[in-house]
Amino acid sequence: MARVGVFICDCGVNIASTVDVPKVVEYAMTLQKVAIAKEYKYMCSDPGQNLILDTIKEYKLDRIVVSSCSPRMHELTFRICVNKGKINPYYFEMANIREQCSWVHQKDKEAATKKAMKLTEIAVAKVLRNEPLFPLYSPVIKRALVIGGGIAGIQASLDLGDAGHETVIVERESSIGGRMSQLDKTFPTLDCSQCILSPKMVAVAQNKNIKIYTYAEVEEVQGYVGNFTVKIRKKARYVDMVKCTGCGVCTQKCPAKTSSEFNEKTGDRKAIYTPFPQAVPNVPVIDKNNCIYFLKGKCKVCEKFCPSNAIIYNQEDEVVEEKFGAIVVATGIDIYDHSNYGEYGYGKYKNVLSGLQFERMVSSSGPTDGHILRPSDQEEPKDVVFIQCVGARDPSKGQDYCARVCCMWTAKQAILLKEHLPNSRAYIFYIDIRAFGKGYEEFVRRAQVDYQVTYLRGRVSRIYEKGKKLRVLGTDTLAGGQVEIDADMVILADAMVPKYDSVKVAQTLGIPYDTYRFFTELHPKLAPVETVTSGIFLAGACSGPKDIPDTVAQAGAAAAKVCALFSKDNIEIEPTIAQVNFSLCSGCETCKLVCPFNAIEMREREIRRGVKRSIANVIESVCRGCGTCVGSCYCKAIDLRGFRDKQIMAELEAVCIE
Amino acid sequence: MKFAYFPGCSLHSTAKEYDASTKFVCGRLGIELVEIPNWVCCGATPIHRTNALASIALPAKNLLWAQTENLPVAAPCSECFSRLKLANLEVAENEELKKNVSEVLGETYEGNVDIYHLPQVIIEKIGLKEIEKKVAKKLSGLKIASYYGCLLTRPPKVATFDRIEDPQFLDNLVLSLGAESVNWAYKTECCGATFSLSKKELVLKLTNDILQNAYDEKADCIMVACPLCHSNLDLRQKEVEKKYKVKYNLPVFYFTQLIGLSMGADIRGLGLKRHMVSAEKLLSSKGLI
Repeated sequence: MARVGVFICDCGVNIASTVDVPKVVEYAMTLQKVAIAKEYKYMCSDPGQNLILDTIKEYKLDRIVVSSCSPRMHELTFRICVNKGKINPYYFEMANIREQCSWVHQKDKEAATKKAMKLTEIAVAKVLRNEPLFPLYSPVIKRALVIGGGIAGIQASLDLGDAGHETVIVERESSIGGRMSQLDKTFPTLDCSQCILSPKMVAVAQNKNIKIYTYAEVEEVQGYVGNFTVKIRKKARYVDMVKCTGCGVCTQKCPAKTSSEFNEKTGDRKAIYTPFPQAVPNVPVIDKNNCIYFLKGKCKVCEKFCPSNAIIYNQEDEVVEEKFGAIVVATGIDIYDHSNYGEYGYGKYKNVLSGLQFERMVSSSGPTDGHILRPSDQEEPKDVVFIQCVGARDPSKGQDYCARVCCMWTAKQAILLKEHLPNSRAYIFYIDIRAFGKGYEEFVRRAQVDYQVTYLRGRVSRIYEKGKKLRVLGTDTLAGGQVEIDADMVILADAMVPKYDSVKVAQTLGIPYDTYRFFTELHPKLAPVETVTSGIFLAGACSGPKDIPDTVAQAGAAAAKVCALFSKDNIEIEPTIAQVNFSLCSGCETCKLVCPFNAIEMREREIRRGVKRSIANVIESVCRGCGTCVGSCYCKAIDLRGFRDKQIMAELEAVCIE
Repeated sequence: MKFAYFPGCSLHSTAKEYDASTKFVCGRLGIELVEIPNWVCCGATPIHRTNALASIALPAKNLLWAQTENLPVAAPCSECFSRLKLANLEVAENEELKKNVSEVLGETYEGNVDIYHLPQVIIEKIGLKEIEKKVAKKLSGLKIASYYGCLLTRPPKVATFDRIEDPQFLDNLVLSLGAESVNWAYKTECCGATFSLSKKELVLKLTNDILQNAYDEKADCIMVACPLCHSNLDLRQKEVEKKYKVKYNLPVFYFTQLIGLSMGADIRGLGLKRHMVSAEKLLSSKGLI
């Protein structure tokens, strides 16, 4: 004989100010098999949980309904509580009378109260048809995959490797290093970016637990937390990784030139190349699209000069399949393409540069060997205008968000300009100065006071060429007037935007992304490195613009989360998965076809004595309980535990019957 | 293709040549323009600076007829276009405003009329390919600076063109007519508009900046699609030259006049003789008249 206890939460005023809770309690008492209904201010609190436990004892309850918030908030809390009261945690149902009732019906209290009663009634109807379920366990493969070899991926891998976990970095480019390796100096301490990055790159290469796949991409991800199967495409680099000594003769001798991506198209590279001198691994790749041999069938200069016979022209892509228990996504960012700003004339004007182009120009390994020169005539510039918020905080370009780093980035670049050319003048157009980090405000102050950088609060409306100069038209909203500057160079602080193929990556991994295409965290405040897909974590700017300190901190956090996961040998899997009724299954294989997780296999089974048939079988550790197979089954032979047809029908009846 | 035509005050007075050339070009392109009967002020600056409700009710009054007749509206003046389309948007988005406006008008205005600026009608609805077919005499050798002014592409919510700050559609038209398009920086700068009456000095400065840039970029002439732009650039040009001690002598054409010219229309019929800065010398030097 079922005895149901109903507990209705006020959630402070969240529910009680809209829903008449005593009325709901009164109504719940009239429902079939309800032994007791109680109200409490915060049901999730310790006293609230104790109230449930005491009531279970007092009224000999065997099924519990809590009407409160979303199951996403506290389902687990109450399941554990119910379990403590010696009731199977699946003899518990939750009615969401907050997010789906009181919050959305604040203007109509009567209707909200009625709805809260109905939602409670539905939960009671279902709990009466629930059955005890017991968790399943699945082993954890203690290997981590880190996608992206920028500073985020490097830091996460180092932390994981140091913790003793086998880790694989998959990096799309031919070297790890990412965006940070393109920068000259870093704010707010002005230490050389490459100098602080390369020790970490070397440490990754030397760590016994870390394996690096460069020039490789993740192609397919299957499985679930603790047990992912990942296909990785190792693109042909046409150079033998083992034989190559990194002597660089091939690059020296290669006759084919093309513009360098690493230098943001401001300089040249060869067709066989390493992107920068500190590359890890220091093994070049052949860029097939620009290699004379691949284009015309003749040349082979690199092969001729290679002292170690490392060139392999007929190398092919290789796809490897590996198993991982967790994945850290650290795919990084692109830089906003400011050709959308016709008013800034990009593409038309040689002397308008992107922030990264300027960064390469200042870098001693860059195309001008660290000399700041006006691209049009290679003369030293006198007046340089920096514009912040390009592709950021600009709804007219569909880019509403703050790019977060460019206030500091621009201040740093202005300081670098003044360090290189003390007689130059630097102007910065800004909307606000957001110098929020440790030592940041002091850094901006130094730019203003010590380096005499002119800060102008306002946007630039137009840039056009006038003779050798660029005329910059803008406003100074503090002085309340228009500003015209004849500049030699203009540097645009282009915003961080998601990687061009972030959507494809998100779909491969099965993680959500936001309107700008950044990956979405499980919770923006309380779960910043987790995703809704358990076992997949985020690090760095792939989830939104971040500077280096934040990226490194987040990478460490993601690694810690992976370590926590790897601290268990088995993880609990929800038992709410599909189940086949063997006597009804006709073996049509429809379910197998629709299952998004490949969790159904066909198996020969004896259904009656002497009668064998191929019927569907659910692989329990793979099934995620989505219910797609249940809906597709012609014979009604599949049911979802915890959401069986009879349970859903009971809920519907409760909805329909007044 | 039939449109409710809203000429606005200028096209019946200072910009008669815009009206005449519009009617000529639309006739040739098979666009039927039916003038909205008893139209009133579009709710331009003097009103929208002083009375918010009237600034919506006036354009809505003009749109009522188009609503009844179920016709899209074509407006040749940028200010009219902006006011009409804004009124339409605001009424559609704001129930209370709709109620108030309808009360003023004595009739319900729904805010669902399609409103087009004249260049949109000709360039988007007809298309440059059709126009090219009708070109009898290419405007070869003529270097034209297309001037969009402020309201043709802004605010983006109203104008809904792409590339707000660096629009191209008039430049593309220029190329279709066989002329050369000048790449210049001031195509969307403000000409000072109605300050022409209240703060002339300001208009002279702004207009000078525009003319100076067109002149520096070697334009022969300027092409506009708004009577206010035209009056500031053309009517005030002599004053600007005097004040700033410069000599531009840049004729200012309506885009419909140049299309008309390429279709072989008579310059008198296009009203080219009404301009303050004479275009005849330029046009004859290029062999176009």
